[in-house]
Amino acid sequence: MSLRTPPLRDVHDAAGATFTDFGGWEMPVEFDSIREEHTAVREDAGVFDVSHMGQIEVSGPDAEQLMQRLTTNDVSALDPGDAHYSSIVTAEGSLLDDTVVYDRPDRDGFLFVPNAGHDEQMADRWTAHRDDWGLDATVENRTTAYGMVAVQGPNAPDLVADASAGAVLDLSMFETTRTEVAGVSCLVSRSGYTGEDGFELVYDNEHAETVWNAFDCQPCGLGARDTLRMEAGLLLSGQDFNAESNPRTPYEAGIGWTVKLDTEFVGRDALERAKEEGVEEKFRGVVLRERGVPRHGYDVTDGDGRVIGELTSGTMSPTLDEPIGLGYVSTDFEPGDRVGVVIRGDEKKAELRTPRFLD
Amino acid sequence: MSFDVPSDLYYLESHEWYDPDTGRVGISDFAQDELGDVVFVELPDEGDDLEQDDQFGIVESIKAVSDLYSPVSGEVSDTNTDLEDAPELVNDEPFGDGWMLEVDGVDESDLDDLLTAEEYRDQIE
Repeated sequence: MSLRTPPLRDVHDAAGATFTDFGGWEMPVEFDSIREEHTAVREDAGVFDVSHMGQIEVSGPDAEQLMQRLTTNDVSALDPGDAHYSSIVTAEGSLLDDTVVYDRPDRDGFLFVPNAGHDEQMADRWTAHRDDWGLDATVENRTTAYGMVAVQGPNAPDLVADASAGAVLDLSMFETTRTEVAGVSCLVSRSGYTGEDGFELVYDNEHAETVWNAFDCQPCGLGARDTLRMEAGLLLSGQDFNAESNPRTPYEAGIGWTVKLDTEFVGRDALERAKEEGVEEKFRGVVLRERGVPRHGYDVTDGDGRVIGELTSGTMSPTLDEPIGLGYVSTDFEPGDRVGVVIRGDEKKAELRTPRFLD
Repeated sequence: MSFDVPSDLYYLESHEWYDPDTGRVGISDFAQDELGDVVFVELPDEGDDLEQDDQFGIVESIKAVSDLYSPVSGEVSDTNTDLEDAPELVNDEPFGDGWMLEVDGVDESDLDDLLTAEEYRDQIE
């Protein structure tokens, strides 16, 4: 199957980017160096093309009910201009995806953003359930019509404010407005995936280059996005959970707070049981205390050879200059405990941490 | 992009280089660029015997793990311990301070199985 290409593919190529297949999209993985891009976001600002993220609009009289019944957070608590992080789970309570749900500030209805390569699956899921439930809602997969950039870092708010016609600095976390950025109408949300302050902007694809060029800061690829999100302890769909190969409930994944059991949604009863029963493994961080780099698939041990979990992500943290990993570890162990990570057969000393490594 | 390919070195298709004058082994400019930011290098111990084409270590960048293969057979007479604290030397000076090993007792005939600089340049271009 041929890769889907973001509208800025040629612009990135001209800037010297290298590319990778990410969720079926040919996306820039690196412009200059992951370390350089990562540091720019922590200390200054960086701009990411995240057009591979899905964009699905849900509108009509029953749009709120459809969203409520297919996501775990409480959509009814959103007012226009609000957004929240949420989960999409199977009837058995396993995470299919995580997403941000926007209650649109500019017109009735919702926009939600599934992860790369999940847009068709989610659009199908939404329309199938809408039909089963006889709801009056329109579901439109706008993934190829909309582009998205993220501007992240301590100086990102000023950059976005300077380029925006409307006020954006007053937006609180996850608050969304529609305004012109470099003359282009954008949905601007104070959100991101790096652990830094910043904004995500959604716009019609025909204006992709104008919006991309509006920010005079470090262009960043998916490599830096991955190291940044790992330091912030944020889940990567498909890697840190996967409904088929690594099914996890939101409680195991450490995002139980996105589950509102007083709402009705697919998977609610399973998650109520899961909450009552408690979890045997939970999403944790590890910091290696010996030389090496933790990676996806490496075993976590009790430090004495007994396997107590497995890593799902890992890297050398550019900010902390320490080897860090994320994964699922037995709840018999707590953050602060000495553990081990098995690297090519050797058990390396490590410390269990909460998933967020940043201060 | 053009990469540095010193003409006095010999190369493996897997991008390691060997300097017959010093006995040193490292990875090429092309390889370090492909890997990106190198964050960890695992090398054998001094005194270990190497066989040509056999794996002798690991180099890890932020995004990838790669095996290292020996261009020649011989005994490890020295390793670049500077890489423990400064693995980025592999990126900064792949043919200089980013060297990895020194090998003793190399049979000249091993060179026949390696790529010349010209052949290696053809491979990566």
